[in-house]
Amino acid sequence: MIRKQEVLNDVVIKFAGDSGDGMQLTGTQFTNNTALLGIDLSTFPDFPAEIRAPLGTLPGVSGFQLRFSSDRVYTPGDACDVLVAMNAAALKVNLTAIKKGGKIIVNTDGFDSKNLRLANYPEGENPLENDSLSNYEVIKMDVTKMTREALKEFSMGMKEKDRAKNMFVLGFLYWMYGRDMDNTLTFLKDKFGKKQDIFDSNVKVLQAGYNYGDTTEAFGTTYKVEKAKMQAGSYRSMMGNQAISYGLIAASQKSGLPLFLGSYPITPASDILHELARHKNFGVRTFQAEDEIAAITSAIGAAYGGSLGVTTTSGPGMALKAEAMGLAVMLEIPLIIIDVQRGGPSTGLPTKTEQSDLLQAYYGRNGECPMPVVSASTPADCFDAVYEAVRISVQHMTPVIFLSDGYIANGAEPWKFPKAEDLPPIHLKFKTELGDGEEKLQPYLRDEKLARPWAIPGTPGLEHRIGGLEKQNVTGNISYEPENHQLMVKIRQEKVDKIANYIAEQKIDNGPEKGKILVLGWGSTYGAIKSAVAELLAQGHPVAHAHLRHVRPFPKNLGDIIKNYDKVLIPEINNGQLIKIIRDVYFVDAKGYNKIMGIPITKTELVEVIKEML
Amino acid sequence: MAETLTAPLTAKDFATDQEVRWCPGCGDYSILAQVQKVMPTLGIPRENIVIISGIGCSSRFPYYMNTYGMHSIHGRATAVASGLKASRPELSVWIVTGDGDSLSIGGNHTIHLLRRNFDVNILLFNNQIYGLTKGQYSPTSEENKVTKSTPFGSIDHPFNPLALAMGADATFVARTMDRDPKHLQAMLLRTNQHKGASFLEIYQNCNIFNDGAFETFTEKSSKAQETLFLEQGKPLRFGAANDKGLKLDGFNPKVINLDEGHSADDLWIHDEKDIYKAQILTRIFDDPKMEGHLPRPFGVFYEADRPCYEEVMALQIEDAKARKAADLDKLLRGNEVWTIA
Repeated sequence: MIRKQEVLNDVVIKFAGDSGDGMQLTGTQFTNNTALLGIDLSTFPDFPAEIRAPLGTLPGVSGFQLRFSSDRVYTPGDACDVLVAMNAAALKVNLTAIKKGGKIIVNTDGFDSKNLRLANYPEGENPLENDSLSNYEVIKMDVTKMTREALKEFSMGMKEKDRAKNMFVLGFLYWMYGRDMDNTLTFLKDKFGKKQDIFDSNVKVLQAGYNYGDTTEAFGTTYKVEKAKMQAGSYRSMMGNQAISYGLIAASQKSGLPLFLGSYPITPASDILHELARHKNFGVRTFQAEDEIAAITSAIGAAYGGSLGVTTTSGPGMALKAEAMGLAVMLEIPLIIIDVQRGGPSTGLPTKTEQSDLLQAYYGRNGECPMPVVSASTPADCFDAVYEAVRISVQHMTPVIFLSDGYIANGAEPWKFPKAEDLPPIHLKFKTELGDGEEKLQPYLRDEKLARPWAIPGTPGLEHRIGGLEKQNVTGNISYEPENHQLMVKIRQEKVDKIANYIAEQKIDNGPEKGKILVLGWGSTYGAIKSAVAELLAQGHPVAHAHLRHVRPFPKNLGDIIKNYDKVLIPEINNGQLIKIIRDVYFVDAKGYNKIMGIPITKTELVEVIKEML
Repeated sequence: MAETLTAPLTAKDFATDQEVRWCPGCGDYSILAQVQKVMPTLGIPRENIVIISGIGCSSRFPYYMNTYGMHSIHGRATAVASGLKASRPELSVWIVTGDGDSLSIGGNHTIHLLRRNFDVNILLFNNQIYGLTKGQYSPTSEENKVTKSTPFGSIDHPFNPLALAMGADATFVARTMDRDPKHLQAMLLRTNQHKGASFLEIYQNCNIFNDGAFETFTEKSSKAQETLFLEQGKPLRFGAANDKGLKLDGFNPKVINLDEGHSADDLWIHDEKDIYKAQILTRIFDDPKMEGHLPRPFGVFYEADRPCYEEVMALQIEDAKARKAADLDKLLRGNEVWTIA
């Protein structure tokens, strides 16, 4: 049959189903398939709060949103062109996220009376049978039935057969977007190669889904999205937590410091522990500690011994680690504390994203306890940002907080990966012997950066003691002298402030160097701000975007940049945190835009907010 | 360089220029002296010794030892030491801690260190009181103890530290006291010899806030009657004339008098390798004021061989390296790459 192929520029698909329906896997496979074609993309998985909420219920809905485009994209999209809904609950939860006129692909078997009841539809009401979806193009398929039909020759049980349903949908979408299926066949081979039956059944259903599209006359059109015009080079798909893991391994290799991770599992940071645990061939030591406190203090022990000490967590764990961070500040020892932020306070919204730990990172410790803070703005940016955090930590002898969040952690984007030899070197030197005229080690004697020497156990002649008590400058002996404490508090602050001399100046990401509005962001709001400002610039508005990687200390020129605009807007996924610090430091009457719903800011809403300020 | 390491080291070489600031008469002085005496005999280069402490009177210890050392935060010495030992297995890591530090605020890390069996030495200075915060009861204080925070007597039931260690599957469990320097030295040597997590409880007198807590066991007049010194392969004997002993009656230890028709052959023979007997021994924890109480045992209760965490960790890494080269470019590239010209 000859079909029309329509070329599209930008598509947002959301896969939604029960958390057991395999929607994350389906989304990831389609993502990789898209990436391999050189199409730009951005993804956002939307996990349910419960591990396995009761089947068919609203809290059990798991989603995976993918945007792909022949233009550069910076967000997973505000609204969907296509929703795949495996059951009634998945439709209900996501209905507001579909564009008018969008396509809804439904598994009709997921709309039986039981599923409708579980999704809280009123008795006797089925959205597929009334006109509630008249604004959309609904494609009805009995996925369950067709999956079972495809597998009728297979001896496995019905439950097992039904597990392959997601492959039918994936196959259908591959057909719809004119794809081949090689990457998924390879994936299935790797995953199920040893279980021939499971492998065969998945392939069979995948093909059945593809063929269903191909042979059913009802579907007249397939779609194509062309390659994006991206910088030349080699790309791969990269997720945030994975990029942090790779950045740490790269920093370990380039600095020559063995990597030690002390960690306690916590959503959404655990994947860093999982990823690093796989790479023991790089000498990586991962230690799943008994709690958050042991996680950081074991990393402090390892750092004292000359390792690149790292601990990973989320907000609640940050709170537990606070005292130990203070110890690291007093010891003036390199340490990386990674906080993949989530909704708070307390247990809060573990699977939802938020940027609400910035003030905790800045101020959340007893005493005067300054630490540098580095943040990542996109999934792939995690690699460079964490690499930079390590450089600062080991060269300035200070613990560094690295902020990511749930949105970045689980999102994916194309990454133009670097060559190992092109990564900047991370110079550092342990102290190995006493200097001329030194009778014994002066552990708090400082260099021009105010960094103290890193002398590790096992070095003859440099035996010394350090600890959490206030210490005399230079000698490191315990000191309760009033003047000394004032001096040391000032030195520890100045040491962090001085880092501004050793980091890149702030750049304007997009827009004029002087103008009406500067949109200043940090962290995962990057994509939304980038897209919103680009749209307004295209309309001729004098708007610019600057995005911070270094949140403490700020780049030296940030104050000058801020002065170049009439107004400053600071969008954040919190109740206004960066804005407090910016107002404090630069005395600027910045405006905030704050969304605290556990979900990212969209481009559309940001465009509206900026327009109101123009 | 400070001095060459070819000359044999002495206790003095392990002292620092820091003024020791424990209260005059504190049991910690004796422990410090014995550790400084024993250290030079271990054959470990001084630079390879690291002493990690938490918070409390005992935790000042590292400042007085001319080795590497860290005075960390309350309860976390065990966790700091775990990270250090995991990443630097060749170092000799000693943890100096107290009953509050390791059994109260840091109790969790203590039991997890023991089950993981890092090859480190824990010296638990047990004075059954909070000294640094000036006299509150501790997790090892006896019931009804009147302290600043328990004016009507403590209603907390105390830990039995060695039984706790056995419960956490420690591979070396021993007890000694500050007032018996020879025994203390011998126990320090055994603690160091053991490969695995060594748990040495040291009864330590706090002469300011809990003076005489252990005097029944330490004073000449009562020591022989009230203590039982364990020796491998030897019968459990005690008493002023060495005339008493313990025998096992089923699972119950019983005191017998050797002059009443019993011979030494009837006695329980100590076997450090016997986990069941060790658990009974650690459970001998009677209040000396109680009628018919059993004597308090000292010495090595239990020693077992079990692989150490850091060794197995290192083996996994070696194994992984042998199977797969550390190729950073390969890692960064991954398996699914596309190229844009």
